[in-house]
Amino acid sequence: MTITDMSLKDMAIGLEEKQFSSQEATQEHLERIEKLNPQLGAYISVTAKEALAAAEASDKRRANKESKGPLDGIPMALKDIISTNGIATTCASRMLENYTPPYNSTCWQHLEDAGAVLLGKLNMDEFAMGSSTETSYFGVCHNPFDLDYVPGGSSGGSAVAVAADMAAYTLGTDTGGSIRQPAHFCGVVGIKPTYGRVSRFGVIPYASSLDQVGVLAKTCADAGTVLGAISGKDKMDSTSAPEPIPDYAAACTKGVKGLRIGIAKEFCAAGIEDAILAELKRAVEILEREGAVVEDISLPHTEYALPAYYVLASAEASSNLARYDGVRYGLRIPADNLHDMMIATRSAGFGPEVKRRIMLGTYALSSGYYDAYYNKTLQVRTLIKQDYDQIFASGFDCILTPPAPSAAFRIGENTDDPLTMYMQDVCTVPVNLAGLPAMVVPMGLNAEGLPIGIQLIGAPFGEEKLFAAGAAIEGPRIIPPLDI
Amino acid sequence: MSQYLTTIGLEFHAELKTKTKIFCSCPTDFAGDANTHICPVCLGLPGVLPVLNRHAVELAAKAGMALNCEVSKFSKFDRKNYFYPDLPKGYQVTQYPLPICRNGWLMVKDEDGNDKKIRINRIHMEEDAGKLVHSGSNISDSSYSLPDYNRAAVPLIEIVTEPDMSSAEEAKNFGETLRLMLAYADISDVKMEQGSLRCDVNISIRPQGQDELGVKVEIKNLNSFRAVYRAIVYEEMRQKSLIDNGIPIVQETRLWDDAAGETRPMRSKEDAHDYRYFPEPDLPPIIIDDQWMAEIAASMPEMPDAKRKRLTEELGLSDYDAGQLIANPPLAHFFDALYAEYPEAKIAANWILGDIAKLMNSTEKEYNVVPLSASELAFLLKEIKKGSINNNSAKTVLEEMFDSDKKAADIIAEHGFSQISDTSVLDSAVAKIIEANPKPVADYKAGKQAAIGFLVGQVMKETKGQANPGMVKELLEKALN
Amino acid sequence: MSNNDSLISSGDVEYVAKLAHLHLDETEKKDMETKLGSILGYMQQLQQIDTTGVEATTHVLPLANVFREDIVGETLDTEKALAQAPERDGNYYKVPKIL
Repeated sequence: MTITDMSLKDMAIGLEEKQFSSQEATQEHLERIEKLNPQLGAYISVTAKEALAAAEASDKRRANKESKGPLDGIPMALKDIISTNGIATTCASRMLENYTPPYNSTCWQHLEDAGAVLLGKLNMDEFAMGSSTETSYFGVCHNPFDLDYVPGGSSGGSAVAVAADMAAYTLGTDTGGSIRQPAHFCGVVGIKPTYGRVSRFGVIPYASSLDQVGVLAKTCADAGTVLGAISGKDKMDSTSAPEPIPDYAAACTKGVKGLRIGIAKEFCAAGIEDAILAELKRAVEILEREGAVVEDISLPHTEYALPAYYVLASAEASSNLARYDGVRYGLRIPADNLHDMMIATRSAGFGPEVKRRIMLGTYALSSGYYDAYYNKTLQVRTLIKQDYDQIFASGFDCILTPPAPSAAFRIGENTDDPLTMYMQDVCTVPVNLAGLPAMVVPMGLNAEGLPIGIQLIGAPFGEEKLFAAGAAIEGPRIIPPLDI
Repeated sequence: MSQYLTTIGLEFHAELKTKTKIFCSCPTDFAGDANTHICPVCLGLPGVLPVLNRHAVELAAKAGMALNCEVSKFSKFDRKNYFYPDLPKGYQVTQYPLPICRNGWLMVKDEDGNDKKIRINRIHMEEDAGKLVHSGSNISDSSYSLPDYNRAAVPLIEIVTEPDMSSAEEAKNFGETLRLMLAYADISDVKMEQGSLRCDVNISIRPQGQDELGVKVEIKNLNSFRAVYRAIVYEEMRQKSLIDNGIPIVQETRLWDDAAGETRPMRSKEDAHDYRYFPEPDLPPIIIDDQWMAEIAASMPEMPDAKRKRLTEELGLSDYDAGQLIANPPLAHFFDALYAEYPEAKIAANWILGDIAKLMNSTEKEYNVVPLSASELAFLLKEIKKGSINNNSAKTVLEEMFDSDKKAADIIAEHGFSQISDTSVLDSAVAKIIEANPKPVADYKAGKQAAIGFLVGQVMKETKGQANPGMVKELLEKALN
Repeated sequence: MSNNDSLISSGDVEYVAKLAHLHLDETEKKDMETKLGSILGYMQQLQQIDTTGVEATTHVLPLANVFREDIVGETLDTEKALAQAPERDGNYYKVPKIL
């Protein structure tokens, strides 16, 4: 067994027992990235020098018995939407190709303080707008189970790096499924916590009322360890929540005896791939066997979640992306007056999907359309949230659903038709609209050898139940058949 | 303007007197070089988030109380979207449908000197934009511009009146009254020349007898209430002459040129004004409960009307003196401080409205407070009362105290201004002068009363002006009678 | 969801592009019109729900009154800020002529 194969938990034990050093673990990961990244395109940038220096510092701490805990010295990576002081943060956009933040995001600060070793920044859909990591300015990212397939998106690089052992764990962001759908496509665990659980400070926004940072990892317990480290109230984020932080890794061992789990019929409607429904059924069997009670429920407004999501997310995005005007940072296309400079910069700096969503959002907010689109959507959001509030108020602990209509699709398959691409998010967006935590746990492979995961949705700040149920249905890791 | 009616509404922007910006902890003072009071948040770097300054909320609510508004129990922020290089995020965080205050009013004098109630529609909080330095003399003749974000995200309140004013005089009176209220409540520095208070005018005129309002013109770049007055008078004439000549009035924004005494259309890139307001997702709402509301109300200082009543009715100042003090908040505050230590209202008011006001007007500098210690001045006034310093010397002491931190007692000692009231010292000086001036002595004894003045002067000279002149006169009379 | 009676006209596309400060060439405009038309068509299903009297959810967490105290904190070094500027002049950012 090589170091890169190991879970975070085993790697931490190995470091603690001096089976290997952080520098060795880091070196092994860097070598693997060098070998695999040309074909997978998971990393936008690799910070080898900084990583080795951080690993050396970690080894020194450990030698002096000053280790900072289970994350100290563990090689990991961040979606390139998470600001890192002094390290380029591009959002996979030409607009920010040359932008280096002069400050740290809070989530990365927490990990850096815990001794994490940053290997580099991960590929994604441009400004997190996409479900396939095909819209990155820095090239398409590939699914390690079949290079002709997409890894999902927008946190495609975050899922691929974990699946292909190019990082012990990664952070991603999830606005409408951007952690969970790639986790499903790549056979890894992905958790999007409750809105407000993790600070958004320093995380480049796509849609502020929906964005949330989360973890992609090899096991539920690993994801729990990392989530605990990045959670909590942040004085720099007014929307971060003051709720206490439980031990999520410990929650993985709690079992599911007595948990009430709902199956929503609206999620299992026509159009869901059979292999996914089969894995869902298998998950139900495991949970019932372990002592959970599984019942059918209804979430009647589910079908409206997708159109509501695209109105809301695009509207917020159109405003969030207004700051890229060529004045203070990032790209500038020179022109002889300010107005033309701004337009030239924005037209050259954003890719087609980003432009489409800016246009859509601008339209939805423009004079005469606000009530019909934006305000209507906020009302629909209330109805969707009420569906979930009622289920959880009636005693359910979590909801089990498919994470997407299908397993990974082929690169290029959906690029010509944005609407078909948007349909990818049908099972994941309701969670963001309601601000709930949700997790995808890998279950197995379909006939084409592509991973299948299952989604668990929890009540606000009910992540512990998700970890308990997720760990119960979690099988052995699914390893991609990479030739190296 | 007899055959035309004028309708005026005003919009004010006042910088709130906070130490830090509205959404980040950068300082709000403008001292220092360009782009030094900035941080990732007010620069709008990717990923930053706003956190609301509690004090800004309190000052905005206080402004509402000072201007007779309803302060909202529930208010929230919105984004106003437009592009401009002084706006770091491409949107301004402001309040749109749910402002912090609504439905206020101020009583002002109309043209005929009668009280008129001018309604205030709303007060909302927002962030200021940065400042653009232009390469040329103004934006139009500049080949490039230089953004400075020190002012970006300084907290502002925008105060919008109803179109209730009908003359330049009323508008000016309203502005001055509003400025006074904001100054008294300690909400803003209210310096129009420095931009901490800004006023825009919306004006239309229509023929007598026409109900429908005329076309509205907005006037900006007004740096004083005198400018507000002049701009309105100018605009009334301009619009009247257009109507008289059958030329339609264009709805537009015009800039006041104070030197030329005229308004001119503002040049701008024609962007559509579609601000796409929507609720700011990064900021939770503001809820002011009864207790917090009461705390804010309790922090309101005495406002002008109450102060006038106290100064005249309780302290016996004349209407004129009270009015002079109230019109100048630093003087009025100083009066209260001085009165607390020297409770003779008339004397305190005379010093403040006389010498101190003169000193404050004699420099270019603008004062927020009287640069004097009230206790030191009280000490000086007590010395005068005791007779240990004369009025003229006291004025010299005051001048030196102004703008220095020297103590009155030290200045008196340095100059040797203490009056000699010790009879043993004075007796010998009086004896010496009587002996040296036999002629005036004889004159006095012969009944020439005026000769005593000469002798007093000689004793004063002998004592280098330090003798208490009243005592000298008394001693001379005693010795010669 | 028919594209024949499109919900967005070429005039709308031009107006919105202007608001968003984006330049679209003729091909992009056509493409945008078609694609936005079909997306907006899909969004029409929101109009089927009766939302009379339903409150709008602007914040999903029930937070209110999140403040900071009025205390001066650290500022960003001017050089560090301007290091990111596409163009600068001394302590200032620099932009081409506005009018």
